[in-house]
Amino acid sequence: MYKIVEKKALNPTVIQMDIEAPLVARKAKAGQFIILRVDEEGERIPLTVAGCDEKTGTVRIIFQVVGGTTEKLSHKRTGEYIADFVGPLGVATHTGGIERVCIIGGGVGCAIALPVAQEFHRLGAQVTSITGFRNKDLMILEEEFRACSDSLTVMTDDGSYGRHGNVTLPLKELLEKGEKFDRIITIGPLIMMKFVVATAKPFGVPVTVSMNPIMIDGTGMCGGCRLTLWQDGRRVVKFACVDGPDFDGYQVDFDEAMSRGRTYAEFERHAHEEACNLFRNA
Amino acid sequence: MAIVQHKHEMPVQQPEVRAQNFKEVALGYSEEAAVAEAQRCLNCKNMPCVAGCPVNIDIPGFISHIKEGDFEGAYQVIHRSSTLPAVCGRVCPQETQCECRCTLGIKFEPVGIGRLERFVADYHNERAAEPPAPPALNGHRVAIIGSGPSGLTCAGDLAKKGYAVTIYEALHMPGGVLVYGIPEFRLPKDIVAKEVDMLKGLGVRIETNCVIGKTLTIDELFEEGFEAVFIGSGAGLPKFMGIEGETLKGVYSANEFLTRVNLMKAYRPDSSTPIQHGRQVAVVGGGNVAMDAARCARRLGAEVTIVYRRTEAELPARREEVEHAKEEGIIFRMLTNPVSLSGDENGSVTTLRCQGMELGEPDASGRARPVPVEGSEFELKADCVIMALGTAPNPLIKDTTEGLETQRWGGIIVNEEGLTSREGVYAGGDAVTGAATVISAMGAGKTAAKAIDEYLKNR
Repeated sequence: MYKIVEKKALNPTVIQMDIEAPLVARKAKAGQFIILRVDEEGERIPLTVAGCDEKTGTVRIIFQVVGGTTEKLSHKRTGEYIADFVGPLGVATHTGGIERVCIIGGGVGCAIALPVAQEFHRLGAQVTSITGFRNKDLMILEEEFRACSDSLTVMTDDGSYGRHGNVTLPLKELLEKGEKFDRIITIGPLIMMKFVVATAKPFGVPVTVSMNPIMIDGTGMCGGCRLTLWQDGRRVVKFACVDGPDFDGYQVDFDEAMSRGRTYAEFERHAHEEACNLFRNA
Repeated sequence: MAIVQHKHEMPVQQPEVRAQNFKEVALGYSEEAAVAEAQRCLNCKNMPCVAGCPVNIDIPGFISHIKEGDFEGAYQVIHRSSTLPAVCGRVCPQETQCECRCTLGIKFEPVGIGRLERFVADYHNERAAEPPAPPALNGHRVAIIGSGPSGLTCAGDLAKKGYAVTIYEALHMPGGVLVYGIPEFRLPKDIVAKEVDMLKGLGVRIETNCVIGKTLTIDELFEEGFEAVFIGSGAGLPKFMGIEGETLKGVYSANEFLTRVNLMKAYRPDSSTPIQHGRQVAVVGGGNVAMDAARCARRLGAEVTIVYRRTEAELPARREEVEHAKEEGIIFRMLTNPVSLSGDENGSVTTLRCQGMELGEPDASGRARPVPVEGSEFELKADCVIMALGTAPNPLIKDTTEGLETQRWGGIIVNEEGLTSREGVYAGGDAVTGAATVISAMGAGKTAAKAIDEYLKNR
C-alpha cells in the first residue's frame, strides 16, 4: 500500500498527489513514468512522474480525470492509500549536450514537461517554455514554469489568459526570428505534438516527443504500447514502455498512435460514467 | 488380476458448458478413481518415470501410498522433490516426461501420473492443517528475482534450509506466468495463491511492485546485504511477426491478451480492465500459449481459428490442450501463415492475408521447414488477431548488471549449477532457456537453490 501524503487540485479536473514510494523517489528522473492501481480491483495505468523528493521519499503525480480509474483516484484523500505503485519505468529524458532548449507542454502534459524544464534549468541550459491550455480555468503550473524558464509564454485556445492561439504560434515566431534551439521537447496531446513537429520541420530543429500509450505492465511484457517509427523509409516497431517514452518526433507515426489510443475509448467513457455515478450516489 | 489397459478417465466439464465459463475444465479424480489408477502402476524396479521427471519425484513411491489409501503420505513423498505439485499435476507435459517412459505405456496407456499428482496435491490442500513452523534462520540472506515457478521453487528450497529469502516481483501479484499467463480454467488462481501462502508460512518475504533493473539493481541488492541472488525473471518479451498491419487495433500479443484476461480479470463483466470481445478471432501460433489464448477468446464469445504454419503433428502444444480446444469448437487451420494484416478506416484489423504452406526439409530445430505454396494466398476475416509466437527474455536485468553474460538472443548464460558469469548470481527457468515449461523452470530453481546453499555454506 502506498500513502497519499499530499493532494491538491490544480484545476477542476487536474489533481496533484505526492505518493510515498521511497524506492521510486530515490531513482526517478524527468521523463520516466510509474504504473499504479488504485485498489485491488483496479486496472493498471501509467502516469509520467511530475517530480520526486528523495528526502521525503515521495513521488509527485499529476493527472487529469478522464476515465474510471482517474475518477476513482481523484476521490482518494490525503492520508489514504492506493494499492500499487511501481517504477521508475522507461528511459529518462536525454539532457546531454543541450544548451538551448524549448519546452512545449499542452494541458496536463505540462505536469511532466515541468520536471524536464527544471532539470535543464538545473543543468544551466537556456530554457524557453511554452504552455498551452483550452482556457484560463484549466491553466496549471504557471509559477513553477516561470521559476525554471528564461522565458515563458502561456497560450489559451480561447484567449481567456495569456496569448490567444495554440503553442505552435509562438514557436513559429521564435524560429522565424532566428532563435536557435538545440532541441524542442514537447509533451501533451498527440495532435499538439504532431503539429509541433510539423512547425519545427522547416527549420530542421530536432524534436523529442513524449508518448503515453495504453500499456499494462510497463516492462516490455505486453507490447500493447507498441508504436511505429519511420526510420529511413523503414517501418520500425518500438515499445514505448522500455524504448521510450521519449522518441524522435520526426519518426513517430502520430496518426497510428492516435488511432491506437482510441482502442478502448468507448469502454473508458462507460467506466468513467459508472465511476461518476458511484461517487454521486455515495 | 488383469491389467486395465486405459487410464481411468478424469471427469471434465462438458465442452459446450465450459466454453461459456472460466472455471476449471478438468475436475480431478475421486478417491476411488485415484486408488484404481494407482493400482495400474507395475512398481517396476528401474523406475524409468523418475528419470523422466525434471525434479525426479519418487513416482512409484507416492503411487504406492495412494494404493494403500494413504494420500497424505503420498503428498509427503512428492513434497520432498516438488514445491508446486498442485500446479505441476495440472500443467506439466507428462506425455513427454514421466508418462512417456512408463513401462506400462509400452503396450497400453501409461499410468496417469499427472492426474494422480494433482489428486494428491488437492487432497492435501483441502485438508492442510497448520503450516509447518518456519525453520530457524541460518543468518544468510538470498534475493530471488521473479515469483514464477523457478523463483518460487528456489525460494522454497532455500527457506526450508533456514535462509532469509526475499522475492522481488515486478507485477502487483506473485506467481509470474502462473497468474498472468496460464488461464483460470487450466490452473485456478487460488491454487497458486495457496502455494504462495505456503512459502510465506516458511518465512519467505515477497516484495511486489519492484522491477529489478529499474526500481533496484542486482548490485544494490548485494549492497543491501544479500549474499546471493537468483534470477528467475522469465521470458516476458513477446515476439511479433514483423508483417504489415501488426500495429492495427485489435492485434494483441498473446501476453497482452492473456494478461488482461488472467491477471486483470478482464473476463469478468465488472472488471476495470478492458478487453476487446472479438467476434472472429485468429490466433497465430501452435504452442500452449496459443491454445490458452484461443480458449480464452472462445469463452469471451468468439468464433476462434488457430493459424499454424506446420501440420497438426508438429503443434508444440500439449496433446490434451489441443483436444480440449477442438472439443470447445476451435477451428484449426494448419499449414497456413499470415503474410499481412489489413484493417478498416478506423484502423481496426479486419483481415489476415494468409499463405498456404507445405512441409519441406527439416530445419535447424529438426522440424520440417514450412515452405510457402505459390499462388495459395487467401483471406481470413478477423476482428481480433492474437500473436502467440513465443517470447524472449527481458533485457532490463542484463542491461543494468555489469558482467552478466547472455546469449545473443538474451538468455542468461549459466553453468550446470545455475551460476552466471557473476559471483553469487544464479539464474534459471525461461530467463536462461527461453520459453519452456513450468516444471523445467522448477527444476532449474531447485538446482540453483542447492548450488546457492553450497556456495554460502563454504564461503
